[in-house]
Amino acid sequence: MIEGLLLGLSAAITPFNLIMVVLGCVIGTLIGMLPGLGPMSIIAIMIPVAIGIGDPTAALILLSGVYYGAIFGGSTSSILLNAPGVAGTVATAFDGYPMARKGQAGKALTIAAISSFAGGTIGAILLMIFAPALSSVALLFHSAEYFALMVVGLSAIAAFAGTGQVGKALMMTLLGLMMGTVGEGALSNTPRFTFGMMELQSGFSFITLAMAMFALPEALFLVMNPARAAHGDGGKITNLRITRAEARAIAPVIGRQSLQGFFIGVLPGAGATIASFLGYAVERNIAKGAEQAEFGKGSIKGLAAPETANNAACTGSFVPLLTLGIPGSGTTAILLGALLALNITPGPRLMTDEPDVFWAVIISMYIGNLVLLILNLPLIPYIAKILTIPRTYLIPFILFFTLMGSYLGQNNSTELLILVGFGVVATILRFADYPLAPLLIGFILGTMLEDNFARAMQLYRGFDFVLERPMTLGLLVLAAILVVLPSYRARRARLRAQGVADGD
Amino acid sequence: MALDRWIALAFIALCCVYGYAAFFTMDQLLPPILQRNPIWPSTFPKILSVLGLIVGLIVLFSPKPTGKPEEVKDGTIDLNRLGDYHVGQAIALLALMIVYALTLRPLGFVGSTIGFLVFGAILLGERKLHILIPVAAIAAGSIWYLVQEVLGIFLRPWPGFLL
Repeated sequence: MIEGLLLGLSAAITPFNLIMVVLGCVIGTLIGMLPGLGPMSIIAIMIPVAIGIGDPTAALILLSGVYYGAIFGGSTSSILLNAPGVAGTVATAFDGYPMARKGQAGKALTIAAISSFAGGTIGAILLMIFAPALSSVALLFHSAEYFALMVVGLSAIAAFAGTGQVGKALMMTLLGLMMGTVGEGALSNTPRFTFGMMELQSGFSFITLAMAMFALPEALFLVMNPARAAHGDGGKITNLRITRAEARAIAPVIGRQSLQGFFIGVLPGAGATIASFLGYAVERNIAKGAEQAEFGKGSIKGLAAPETANNAACTGSFVPLLTLGIPGSGTTAILLGALLALNITPGPRLMTDEPDVFWAVIISMYIGNLVLLILNLPLIPYIAKILTIPRTYLIPFILFFTLMGSYLGQNNSTELLILVGFGVVATILRFADYPLAPLLIGFILGTMLEDNFARAMQLYRGFDFVLERPMTLGLLVLAAILVVLPSYRARRARLRAQGVADGD
Repeated sequence: MALDRWIALAFIALCCVYGYAAFFTMDQLLPPILQRNPIWPSTFPKILSVLGLIVGLIVLFSPKPTGKPEEVKDGTIDLNRLGDYHVGQAIALLALMIVYALTLRPLGFVGSTIGFLVFGAILLGERKLHILIPVAAIAAGSIWYLVQEVLGIFLRPWPGFLL
């Protein structure tokens, strides 16, 4: 391993490659901040540039810089505008945005940067150690287990929605799943639920939905209630520093979430989104009393958890890519394309055939993380200047960026009408206190869930896979418990409050 | 009836429509060879519609969580005071977004974007047009340049008859 590291270092540390890292991080951060442009689209855009460089190591270093920069940039817009550009940073907005509204935007960005750095770096170390071993674990998973795992993920998100909210969260999840079935299914390529409209043939676009669920209601709330905007501290980001006590509070969170996020990231299809939501939910459940109540209102732990987990999961998603040649997420799929274009085939033989590339990727992750931390910490006050823009300018621009984001994805102005329609629905749902994140997660996972379900059904010619695969059954039972338990506990608490003994 | 129950009711109605489409309209189109498949395109939607109905009914009929009235979170919208908010502005902005969607193709990107940004800001009370219009123009121009030249996505900048 040591000689591998040295090999990677010697390949990665040249003046040209270091310039590539810095360039990649800056480009990634700037574009990633725009809501709607996630790492996936940015890397896709940068591929021609990377191939133009010609040297695979430099190209990969540039791309990984862009990748990490984009994730950090996405967190920035989640925290400052509540407009997550990527599903993986949706959970960041839960606590990051309330912090920014309390005037702690600087602190929130610092915590995001540090947790991202820690998550990415620890993830890279784990990648180095576990890459060979973990591929065999992931291979044991069958489509039936993937199906069950996604069901667990969805019910966990609903179960941790908070007291009295589980039913609503489940409802939103199901709505998201239903919306995911619109368009041509992978199963038979027959259009479903399109009502004969051409525009619905390929289904709803994820970006449009994300914009409509988060950015648009937020902008409308800002319009309706100007008091909401006045809570920033005028953009003067003074308290960048976090105190020793705060550092001590988030350190265990970072440790746990690096591990958990990494292992979730290894599983194909799970990735940064599930990792961040699960990380948030787990930390919320672990926290006690007042700390738990703080979640969702600007808790530093609630911010550190998803930030660490999504970066660790991004690193984890390289494991199946590098060891099996199977991309586990959209972003790694695009990276796979870039690697193939550079005449490198990732797979089990990569480590032996092209060790310099394998290790250069890992080293470039370290360097990318480090450069990002060094670059962004001093730049945070300037990034946060977004908050000083007067609302008469800010709101039209936010609305314009949501429109642009969904227009660029589809190049179709019908998409904009869909965006406005969903935005209105989402605002009404927000009025009634329905959580919107489960809807989006259900929508993202819906297609994968159905594909894996269909594959399992076909392999076992019916529902037998549930009984024949103990792991699937176990996971599904876990999912059922997750959903039923909170309402059972709430019911017991209610009965106890009424003075009815429940024979405990 | 509270708004969240109305939404649950609407959701149940949606599930009924969705379920009707899944149970009664999708399977006729299925070619015979696919009917031997254990899973049909309608299988997953059928499961979803049944689950949706169950959950919707639970939400509709579950008792309201008794307990302390929620403390009013500052900055959130209180539905009972809806009249106090700038609802008109919000609706006007939504209308402006629809106008933007409809004029993007015929007017071209630059024109409609400047229009959207300027009218949006005026709606919100901005009156310094000598700052507003240049800002909108620069923003529209530079974003067009970024999208068209750097990202390589085609956006028609001017009205169709000029290009």
